[in-house]
Amino acid sequence: MRKTCLDMVYELARKDPRIFFIGSDLGVGTLKQFKAEMPGRFLMEGVSEANVVGMAAGLALEGKIVYVNTIATFLTRRCFDQVVLDLCLHNANVRLIANGGGVVYAPLGPTHEAIEDIAIFRALPRMTILAPADAEEMRRLMPATVDHQGPIYIRLGKGGDPVVTNDRVPFRIGKAYPMKEGSDALIVSTGVMLKAALDAAGSLEAAGIKAAVLHVPTVKPFDQDTFLELARRVPVIVSVEEHTVIGGLGGAVAEIIAEADFKSPKRFRRIGIPDVFPDQYGSQASLLKRYDITAEKIVSVVRQLA
Amino acid sequence: MIKPPPVNTTPLDERSRELRRQIVRMLEKGGRGHVGSAFSIVEILRVLYDDFLKYDPKAPRSPQRDRFILSKGHGCLALYVLLAEKGFFPESELWKFCKPDGILGGHPEYGKVPGVEASTGSLGHGLPIAVGFALNARHEKAGYRMVVVSSDGESNEGSVWEAALCAGKHKLSNLTVLVDYNKQQSYGTTYEVLDLEPFADKWRAFGFAVQEVDGHDVGQLRAALGRTPFDSNKPSAIICHTIKGKGASFVENNLNWHHKNKVTDEEIKSLLAELEAKP
Repeated sequence: MRKTCLDMVYELARKDPRIFFIGSDLGVGTLKQFKAEMPGRFLMEGVSEANVVGMAAGLALEGKIVYVNTIATFLTRRCFDQVVLDLCLHNANVRLIANGGGVVYAPLGPTHEAIEDIAIFRALPRMTILAPADAEEMRRLMPATVDHQGPIYIRLGKGGDPVVTNDRVPFRIGKAYPMKEGSDALIVSTGVMLKAALDAAGSLEAAGIKAAVLHVPTVKPFDQDTFLELARRVPVIVSVEEHTVIGGLGGAVAEIIAEADFKSPKRFRRIGIPDVFPDQYGSQASLLKRYDITAEKIVSVVRQLA
Repeated sequence: MIKPPPVNTTPLDERSRELRRQIVRMLEKGGRGHVGSAFSIVEILRVLYDDFLKYDPKAPRSPQRDRFILSKGHGCLALYVLLAEKGFFPESELWKFCKPDGILGGHPEYGKVPGVEASTGSLGHGLPIAVGFALNARHEKAGYRMVVVSSDGESNEGSVWEAALCAGKHKLSNLTVLVDYNKQQSYGTTYEVLDLEPFADKWRAFGFAVQEVDGHDVGQLRAALGRTPFDSNKPSAIICHTIKGKGASFVENNLNWHHKNKVTDEEIKSLLAELEAKP
């Protein structure tokens, strides 16, 4: 997904002279071709996120479209004031490409695990939050980021994430996509958790429970209309995300459910990281298992509620 | 050893005193403001807007304009007075300072105030943004210059030095930073709170060509700005030695006047009286 994303930055930049790229201190050879062919629009500015985000805003205020890339935690925590003021307050056309959303960097520990990035950015006026499910969706998503007005946060998965989307539907910022129909339950997921949601729906179907799946690649602005249309029809709603259960996708869904005045009662659960710092190393998969963010868990929660 | 507060006996001419009187009138109407911080930069901004920056108040977004960012956004009273005088917005806006129906707040805001290139107020933001503007000018081979007014207190922020490193690396000779060095910050002197010395050497070490001037001497300011870029391969820094509150004896070096949120009629009267008097 990361490779596709950066390849797309290169492809888009070749066609659009407004596009700049700024990295902090990325891996050697990152976007080598971009640098070779468009050296004036390729910047690698060191481990100085506050400055990188500020200068990106300056370029954007001059009409450029600036793609900034580094590790998710450093783009969200380290330079939060710059994101709020330089990007959101100025409505600057800067796209933050965040490596390692969630617990991708499990072996590196809590400094590198972006478990609250969606929550803190969701509170920011004018911020758009994108979390695609796989490389194919990334390919469809990137062209939509060029002419969008305002800052965008693009949350990347680990890379090599299983491909679960297809190009049936063109990607639109702000749109949620029903991936499977069902009248017994609704599973809402974002990012790479779509795979777990679809797997869970498959297992449930075998057990006679029809679960719909709604994929939310744009967490903000949240596609409330599509969500409500599906939610109205089911008694059970479960959200699943590779993120703290506080303030992310589950938080967004909870807020909408609470104010929806549904005619029939709903049972709702959030699946995600509990209110802790991950306390083990290992791998993304082992941490997701540790915190029960799996297809099996979705199945058991839905069965319990349905 | 505790260093004494700075001394500056440079006389202020009628223009400098009138600009300060306008600041006092805004203070009277708004009932609040960073008085000392604004008095400190009156000559710096006056020379920029009278003699140096290219701009068209009727076309504040004209591509050829020089870009200016007041990174120490709390000094905005001085900026607003000049922007109004130059015609960026009607003078009547000055009298709505910090009011619900005004465009002029306690920190300058992009998109609200014509002539303001970036919202500042949280310190350490102006220079990184300016680096982006300056890089763009170079990339587009646009002739505009980028000028930032920063301060000593602001130089406590790490992001200032991140941006300084970056400007030095890119040899941004189209970028000039004027640092208001009044040696006072909110709590006390800069020596006491977070010593910056050797300050000019720090900017040099980060890749800037540096000159030091009396920041209340319009002749020295004009001359220094006229010499920019000091080095065709480096960004320029002008360290402006100033007095916080310059122009009114009871405000000078008086930390109680860093920010006022209550000003008495007596104080306004005394300020205006001091600023009326010939030096």
